[in-house]
Amino acid sequence: MNRVRARLVVLQFVVLSLVAALGVRLWQVQVVRGPEFAVAATETRTRDVIVPAVRGPILDAAGRPLVRNRTALVVSVDRAELERMRDGGARVLGRLAAVLGRPARELRQRIRPCGPRVTRPCWPGSLYSPIPIDDRVTPRQALQILERQEDFPGVLAEVQAVRDYPLGSGAAQTLGYLQPVTEEELKKRSTLKANFSGVDLVGRDGLEYVYDEALRGAPGLRRVQVDRMGKVLGVERQTASEPGAILITNMDAGVQRVVDQALAHAMKNAPKADGAAAVVLDVKTGGVIALGSMPTYDPAIWAGGIAEKDYRRLLSEKAGLPLVSRATHGQYAPGSTFKISSVSAMIRDGYPLRGKYDCPGAYDVAGGVFHNFHGIGMGVIDLHTALVKSCDTVFYRAAYEMWRRDGGLTPVRHPKEPMTATARAFGFGRRTGIDLPGEVPGRVPGRGWKKEMWAATKDLACHRARTGYPEVEKTNPGRASYLKRLAHENCVEGFEWKAAEAANLSIGQGDVLVTPLQLAVAYAALVGDGRLRSPRIAKALVSPDGTRVQEIKAPVVGRLPVDRETRDYIRAALSEVTSDGTAAGAFGGFPMNVVKIGGKTGTAEVYGKEDTSWFASFAPAGDPRFVVVVTISQGGQGAMAAAPAAREIYEGIYGIKGTAALPGGRPVERLPKIRRDGTVVR
Amino acid sequence: MSQAVGPRRRSMVRRAVGTRSMVWRADGVMLVAVLALSVVGTLLVWSSTRTWTPGAPAGMVKKHVLNLVIGWVLCGVTALAGPRTLRAYAPVVYGVSLLGLLAVITPLGSTINGSHSWILLGGGFAVQPSELAKPALILMLGTLLAEPVPGTDRPRPLDLVLGLAAAGIAMGLVMLQPDFGTTMVLAVITAAAMIFAGLRKRYVAGLGVLALAGAAAVWLLGLLKPYQVARFTAFLDPANDPRGAGYNSTQSLIAIGSGEIFGKGLFHGGQTTGRFVPEQHTDFIFTVAGEEFGFLGAITVVALLGVVLLRGLRIARQCEDRFGALVAGGVICWFAFQVFINIGMTIGIMPITGVPLPFVSYGGTATFANMIAIGVLQALHVRTRSF
Repeated sequence: MNRVRARLVVLQFVVLSLVAALGVRLWQVQVVRGPEFAVAATETRTRDVIVPAVRGPILDAAGRPLVRNRTALVVSVDRAELERMRDGGARVLGRLAAVLGRPARELRQRIRPCGPRVTRPCWPGSLYSPIPIDDRVTPRQALQILERQEDFPGVLAEVQAVRDYPLGSGAAQTLGYLQPVTEEELKKRSTLKANFSGVDLVGRDGLEYVYDEALRGAPGLRRVQVDRMGKVLGVERQTASEPGAILITNMDAGVQRVVDQALAHAMKNAPKADGAAAVVLDVKTGGVIALGSMPTYDPAIWAGGIAEKDYRRLLSEKAGLPLVSRATHGQYAPGSTFKISSVSAMIRDGYPLRGKYDCPGAYDVAGGVFHNFHGIGMGVIDLHTALVKSCDTVFYRAAYEMWRRDGGLTPVRHPKEPMTATARAFGFGRRTGIDLPGEVPGRVPGRGWKKEMWAATKDLACHRARTGYPEVEKTNPGRASYLKRLAHENCVEGFEWKAAEAANLSIGQGDVLVTPLQLAVAYAALVGDGRLRSPRIAKALVSPDGTRVQEIKAPVVGRLPVDRETRDYIRAALSEVTSDGTAAGAFGGFPMNVVKIGGKTGTAEVYGKEDTSWFASFAPAGDPRFVVVVTISQGGQGAMAAAPAAREIYEGIYGIKGTAALPGGRPVERLPKIRRDGTVVR
Repeated sequence: MSQAVGPRRRSMVRRAVGTRSMVWRADGVMLVAVLALSVVGTLLVWSSTRTWTPGAPAGMVKKHVLNLVIGWVLCGVTALAGPRTLRAYAPVVYGVSLLGLLAVITPLGSTINGSHSWILLGGGFAVQPSELAKPALILMLGTLLAEPVPGTDRPRPLDLVLGLAAAGIAMGLVMLQPDFGTTMVLAVITAAAMIFAGLRKRYVAGLGVLALAGAAAVWLLGLLKPYQVARFTAFLDPANDPRGAGYNSTQSLIAIGSGEIFGKGLFHGGQTTGRFVPEQHTDFIFTVAGEEFGFLGAITVVALLGVVLLRGLRIARQCEDRFGALVAGGVICWFAFQVFINIGMTIGIMPITGVPLPFVSYGGTATFANMIAIGVLQALHVRTRSF
């Protein structure tokens, strides 16, 4: 028995050391590394569900909604979960297609990630967030999905806020649209990342883009406990989401509607017109009351994923690029509307404001003959008449004289270039700084600009001057030789600022390009207090409970280089355009006793196309409150297309033919009151 | 027991409660430790199964308590039977367990949770003969090896051969199921019996080499199922395959580790509630202790198991005959092996093997086998003290 006992003693040691080993290891796992495992446990056991904040609405100055939220039952699909299934979720999608009454193929397309070679519909957002499939689901359909969750794993049906546009296609480009955020955007915008919920949308254009952060609010977080299968067991922690701010704009829904109608009519009446824009500015504040662009589209098509057909139309040249706002992105030669700058340049350069000027039918500029419109001379006239009747030769002469004083083709060391410099001082050639994305700067040509252009293009021009245009020669030998001569000219003397170019600039032709918005800002400065304001669509951001208000004012960004006397003189002259000048026909029968309209027509020639039709105007002429600029691309003469549209806009604002959009011609000045529950007092 | 029983034979009841009864002379420390483990096990089974059926959170735990009651009764009956009876009936017990194992591999056997080791009895009850084979083999080996070569304390060669044969048959039948964990337990039991029977050290070493060779053969001949190989390699590197074979290991470590010092409290373990650890009421029951009772609770469970083992060893050492020492030593080796393998796998120092934690894990047959073994120890204890 001794041997047995001895061996049992050995066993005792073995048992003791095993128990000790377990104890030591437990200490290591639970005490030393415990906190580490506790973190790991939290990660496996909980899921953070982000509760998107309700996006703030966009209101007009009177508190009417321009963009609001409607609650919708949205069905979305968790792609990651479908992919885990053996058949890639094909059966689930098939069932879903049957419930929604839509082809399964379309559903499959909608959840594909967008990328090169993938046509719409596709999913541009994060692959880890649910993909909305349908946002117009009936409660019955939603119930079918929710009650049979075992048949629809990875399919969610929930109430979400969806953007709604009461104006329809009105001001679509200005308001912008929402899209799921892309990975690149997340990387680029750090503030977005901090606040981003993973499921909500980001403003992609217009006001939605510029004021995205304020409108978005702060998402809430719900940390739920889940089991191994991902089933939710309960809520561990919850922070409420904070709704986005309310954006109150200077816009007026009524005026906007009038503008859209006027542009639509103008497009219809000018058969070749391929685009139109209108800007209505508040002269006193720099606020944008309406901003129209044609062709347009209904931003509702973005909600719930855009269809292939719609997306292609938005991006198609043939459909006129309806996504692009011609008010801020359209660049056109301004034609005679530019003469407010040219007159100012003359006054700055010492030409007498009340002098007499010869207006012949044609004027010889360095060997080239420049004709008046229709070649009609008016004898000796004053600047007032030159503006009212739009005499070009007065400006040709002044531009030519200025050009010669600067040294002509061999410029002096510091040429004064009054026409170019004044145009820049009127805000042309640079962005207005409006609160919209992607505005274009336009172009003001001059001696410096020519040199830069030449430096950038001379290599190509010289190459073409040698080789010619064989590809054009096959079909059009005449044009090919013309192009070759042009290339040679550009190569040898492309840096020269020619007299003809100076003359063209003075009447808003040639290389000068402006946006309708720039012209409106310049006119507002001219007929207002002489200050250039960076226009603002937004008027104020109000917290969702109405307690905190952050007002947004249009900042003064420049001062016109002409004194008050000159400005008043020009305004007085333009005030007669609608009665005695180029727009008299368009405004025939307009009740000038109710409100007198001033303005300037413009007809800009475009190579190979119809003229661009302009009308830049203001009202009331005596103490202007509104500036209205209308452009009809390929619309023909200013007096024929743009001026009638502007008239229609004024009629709407002042209620000449019906109810006034802005009774008494006064924009709404006081902010609409927001109640604590977020509703608007009107 | 009727009153007509003659004075020569006292009734079972009288014997059970009389002044010389084993009830008063049992190893109380061990019984208290086992009782404590039963209570803790009940709580842990409750915690890990209460989310299974939302309507009846106590369904599983009720069955567990019933199993425990039956187990304690079996323990008492075994203890009262006494060592001589045990020795006398050892071949019968062994034979019955072999029949059970045979039945499992016939169409009578059923597969539950992927292991083909059950015989369904109907009414929701099932037995696992491989669990009962453990105490049966211990008793059989104790009986076979009890008589030494006269004058020495070495085993008789014929007994050795018979003992190896008895063990081999049982292990072979279990391997056919296949139940890798139980086979290893039976191997440990056999080795323990050989060693305590006084086998020469070189033969012990030889058996060890043989066992290693056998293991190598099993490995090389591909007798293991792929999942068994995967479990073993996953133990060596759980991060290698955290969703597959390493999942159990990783989740079990997370559950225990996240309990930290004081635990999250009974029914408050998120990992347990979320059922992240598979087989949590049986093989991975210790993770519930680790998460909900923390280090203090887990170390207490280990300590209670240690008390049972050491008290068992004390009984083994105090045995006056070879049968008692062999049986008690075998039981202790069995329990020690299962405790170390089971807890070791939950804390990442042992590969994952389907072995329950004695007295704590849910499981009817295992509980019966464990309690019968405790009964055996108590019988031996009483026997020692009665001299």
